[in-house]
Amino acid sequence: MSEQLINAIAEMDEEGALALTRELLAAGTAPTAILDACRSAMEVVGKRFECGEYFIPELILAGEMLKGISAEVKPYLAAGQADVKKLGKVVIGTVKGDIHDIGKDIVVFMLDVNGFEVYDLGIDVPPQVFVNKIQETRAPIVALSGFLTLSFDSMKQTVEAIRAAGLRDKVKIMVGGGTVDEQVCRYAGADAFGPDAMAAVTLAKGWIA
Amino acid sequence: MAPLTREQKFEARFAEWAAQPIQFATLEAEAAYKERVQMWKDVIRLKKPVRVPFLMLPGIHPFLHAGITTEEGMYDYEKMSAAFKKYNEEFRTDTVVSCGMVGSGPLFDILDYKLYQWPGRGVAPTASYQALEGEFMKDDEYDLLINDPTDFFMRYYLPRVFNALAGWATLGPLTDITELPFTGPYMIGAGLPPAVKAWETMLEAGREALKWASFVGATDGYSIATFGLPAFIGGACKAPFDTLGDTLRGTRAIMLDKFRQPKKVLAAMERLVPLAIASGVRQATAAKVPFIFIPLHKGADGFMSDKDFKTFYWPTLKAVIIGLINEGIVPYLFVEGGYNQRIEVIAQDPDIPVGSTLWIFDKTDMNEVKRLWGGWACFGGNVPASLLSTGSAKDVRAYCERLIDAVARDGGFVLAPGAVVDHCTAENMHAMIDTCHEYGIY
Repeated sequence: MSEQLINAIAEMDEEGALALTRELLAAGTAPTAILDACRSAMEVVGKRFECGEYFIPELILAGEMLKGISAEVKPYLAAGQADVKKLGKVVIGTVKGDIHDIGKDIVVFMLDVNGFEVYDLGIDVPPQVFVNKIQETRAPIVALSGFLTLSFDSMKQTVEAIRAAGLRDKVKIMVGGGTVDEQVCRYAGADAFGPDAMAAVTLAKGWIA
Repeated sequence: MAPLTREQKFEARFAEWAAQPIQFATLEAEAAYKERVQMWKDVIRLKKPVRVPFLMLPGIHPFLHAGITTEEGMYDYEKMSAAFKKYNEEFRTDTVVSCGMVGSGPLFDILDYKLYQWPGRGVAPTASYQALEGEFMKDDEYDLLINDPTDFFMRYYLPRVFNALAGWATLGPLTDITELPFTGPYMIGAGLPPAVKAWETMLEAGREALKWASFVGATDGYSIATFGLPAFIGGACKAPFDTLGDTLRGTRAIMLDKFRQPKKVLAAMERLVPLAIASGVRQATAAKVPFIFIPLHKGADGFMSDKDFKTFYWPTLKAVIIGLINEGIVPYLFVEGGYNQRIEVIAQDPDIPVGSTLWIFDKTDMNEVKRLWGGWACFGGNVPASLLSTGSAKDVRAYCERLIDAVARDGGFVLAPGAVVDHCTAENMHAMIDTCHEYGIY
């Protein structure tokens, strides 16, 4: 039946996925098995996104389904049981002056479901707040999001602040969102530009390998 | 008398635009104005104009270029006016760069606008205004919108999005007022304190808008008459999917609605089509300018599949486009983001007459646009915001020349930045304009 759950999520059958989760739990299925099924389903969703079959709406609905399933599973979980070994830490935020969060939130979600420990600093994040979080978490990956052209300078300032704090050679920095492109990546002094959420996952996985 | 054909309506609107009652400062300005109007008419009709025209949609660049903050520009009408006059004097684009798009800070304060943050209200003084989407229409309110869009806007949407109009939520629908005995009971709500505050706010907002408009009119009017730059945006309307996705439901919610209640989404969009057309026609007629601006957002690459684009986005947008064209209006589609997946879907659509639309692209492959759309629709854009903001004038010029070489040689092409211009060096702006005058001559 786990296979059915994987299919329901992967096929964007929201009602079916939640109903199956309830059935599985009622039948005594281990809650961790259900969470494993969710992870397998998200791999399928991610692959379909990468090959251009799925788009942002599918990622958002998948996020909703996972939220719903987690809520169902939670009462059955013993403390610490849901913890899985994380691949690595990522500090992410929308840079100073920019309050756009939709793209950033999708990247956070995709990094999270792909096994990263994500520290989301939110929107309009000053450079020093990035620096503080990197120091605190020792995260090796930083993701800077921005929608507007004003974000170009904020990205540059953030990278400079990271350098000034002596952390530049300890982190890899990716940029993305709205009008951001390769040129902005070079301008800001970042390491890579990603056009979408799966690109962020691919970059992050490449950097921790 | 036989009704006018759309071709006759197009001719009439362009003739009216050319013959606007303007007191030109000089004969040269008048000649430049008429030459530019002709250039736009030619390029839309896919002919070769005298040269490649240049079009740009100003964000806050005119303020920053004048050395003032966005906050100053939005709150001090004198400063706004001075900045835009200077801008139009220095940068001769092929339209007036209008100060009408950035809006009035005091007006938004009076209304207590929730859909946006702007300098002094949530974002930095030098930033641009930024949308703050929300579910201003709830997921179970589609039927209210479909049943009576105006009533929904007046009693649900506007009271939520303008906090100072919250009192309108206590009114009954205006269509309740049908007979003498029902008039008194209806009006009770209109006199209760929350509604009274809303009426007073409307009065104050109306007065502020008039004050602002007098500055916009005088500022644009000065630049039009002095430099011969025609007004270009006769008004604006939206793709129905974007009205739902930007305005009413927000990006996340509309994407989920597409799965959870697709029939409601489709029905609501159908309902919005005639409203968008009527709005565009009304504005273009009042302005005596034949272009209606339609910014495209939530149908871009990545935002949905091609299949969904064909089902949810394109049919009602196309209906709006055709509705405007039938009234002699040119839809000016500002295609934000990438449209590489979409250009094939839209290409050479037989229902849209040849040479009747203007499309400005951003991150879309212009060679592909040329290949698929050549001889069908006027297009342009694509000069990257990143290049204008961080590149050199030499690079900008080289980019523009490559673009002209690749796709402009047959006419029907407009050089334009791909995105709204907030940040750009003066040298880069000059480089684009100079390229049109020096390299873009036919």
